[in-house]
Amino acid sequence: MVEAGVSGVSDIILQANGLVKTYTQRSGKFGFGTTLVKALDNVSITLHAGTTLAVVGESGSGKSTLARCLLQLQPLDSGEVIFAGQDLSKLPASALRDVRKNLQMVFQDPFASLNPRMRVGEIVGEGLLIHGLGSATERQKKVIAMLKRVGLTEADMQKYPHEFSGGQRQRIGIARALVLEPKVVVCDEPVSALDVSIQAQILLLLKALQQEMALSYIFISHDLRVVRHIADDIVVMYQGKVVEQGKVADIYEQPQHEYTQNLLAAIPGKKDGVGKKVVNA
Amino acid sequence: MTINSQTNKPDSAPPLLQLSHVSISPKKTPTRLLVNNVSFSIDAGKTTCVVGESGSGKSLTALSIMGLLSKQLQLNTGKVLFNDTNDGVQDLTMLNEVSLQKIRGAKIAMIFQEPMTSLNPVLTVGYQIGESLTTHLGLKGERLKTKIASLLEMVGIPPSRANSYPDELSGGQRQRVMIAMSIACEPRLLIADEPTTALDVTVQAQILKLLDDLKTRMNMGMLFITHDFGVVADIADHVVVMFRGEIVESGTKEQVLGNPQHPYTKALLACVPDAEGKKALKPIDYAWLKQESVA
Repeated sequence: MVEAGVSGVSDIILQANGLVKTYTQRSGKFGFGTTLVKALDNVSITLHAGTTLAVVGESGSGKSTLARCLLQLQPLDSGEVIFAGQDLSKLPASALRDVRKNLQMVFQDPFASLNPRMRVGEIVGEGLLIHGLGSATERQKKVIAMLKRVGLTEADMQKYPHEFSGGQRQRIGIARALVLEPKVVVCDEPVSALDVSIQAQILLLLKALQQEMALSYIFISHDLRVVRHIADDIVVMYQGKVVEQGKVADIYEQPQHEYTQNLLAAIPGKKDGVGKKVVNA
Repeated sequence: MTINSQTNKPDSAPPLLQLSHVSISPKKTPTRLLVNNVSFSIDAGKTTCVVGESGSGKSLTALSIMGLLSKQLQLNTGKVLFNDTNDGVQDLTMLNEVSLQKIRGAKIAMIFQEPMTSLNPVLTVGYQIGESLTTHLGLKGERLKTKIASLLEMVGIPPSRANSYPDELSGGQRQRVMIAMSIACEPRLLIADEPTTALDVTVQAQILKLLDDLKTRMNMGMLFITHDFGVVADIADHVVVMFRGEIVESGTKEQVLGNPQHPYTKALLACVPDAEGKKALKPIDYAWLKQESVA
């Protein structure tokens, strides 16, 4: 954890103001009707440099839409995303491409997010190639260094994704995102598909890399135990709206909104959890 | 009472289900044991949780109880003793397919992990709940409809949803339908294989409470497979920890979670994040674990 982030005096690296995103959904008999679904309803967030901002909420709360809209992987209806003094939603495609190397994403499903027909070396090096960074040998050096840093080997460059376990694939996904030395990394449920033992490895790796590379994370998760460990700040989303935000410690100790209270009460294994009460009743 | 198969209370009836020395391997390589000498028992009205990482053999153990192992696998050794109130104790591994069919769904039922894929998309949920009622109890017509409605009500779904198709329901509702299907014939034993892993944390809490309520009300034994120690803490009476096909530790919830003995159990507990954020996460060091286990 970077000290500046903890003391709260760090600079703002990414700011989103008043994001709105609406989907149309087919409804009614045979899907002839349409209804509007507000996936993001006036959402504003602030990410400080070197810190981790967690976005929590249940499925359908709009947290993944938020991730995609921040990186302009989906167009916004309205609102602005300010990174390095520029509003990303107004940038032309070519300028956006240049900015993108500073904004990377680690995806949820390590089985679906890696191209099965590319070798690991190609997957990790593709970003460098697209952005024209360095010569072929320099690129290879960088890829090897990055793979080693996330706990893989040079020989793994020649392998295909199917030859790896879930945890190793997530390491490849992290190497792919970080080889470009980004400023901001959006992690969309990076450990939810992993075993608890592997999950701990990946969380510690993400934390160590954050310190080494001065990264800022937006960490999307539905697991409040994981969030408690990795995040500095937290945003709680419910039905497309931000219902509560603040420092993790404050929100966990004194949740104000009813939904946050419900979410915290539902953490399995808490002393006031479901099991004991029911058995004794 | 420990759940070790040899140490049942001398004056009590045999447990509801007792696995003794179960080993499973691929048919082609019978020496490669995927599940190695697993023994534990389940009592009526109690929940036994099997915990372990993926590949630890916990799902295979559950599948072997009702003879649902895939064709490439075989049960090398072992007995699955099921204590049925009417038929007495019988070894399920000795039964033929016809006799097993009479037990599946009627006396032992199973809930699977993926509520999205374990329902038939082209049949209404009411029909799917009714199937086992017709097969095992011969219910038809009005009586069937009433029973389906009461089952839906029991799991917290409006009975009018009996005519809905699975895609019209949310993930949590589909898992409730799965539960309604499994308890339709009031089984003596319910096997739940990670039934809440795919669900949101708030929905997970509801489903766990529902299962726990039903278990108590119907005096069912429950075999609950999970990798989440938080869930174990909420619902288990007994805990069995599996690692690479073997049971490394078993005992009451208080023993295993409060005072773990085996290095693997300790290591696994150390990588579970806590809600207070006070604990330092420690991933499992498998090399160290190997030395420790040998020593």
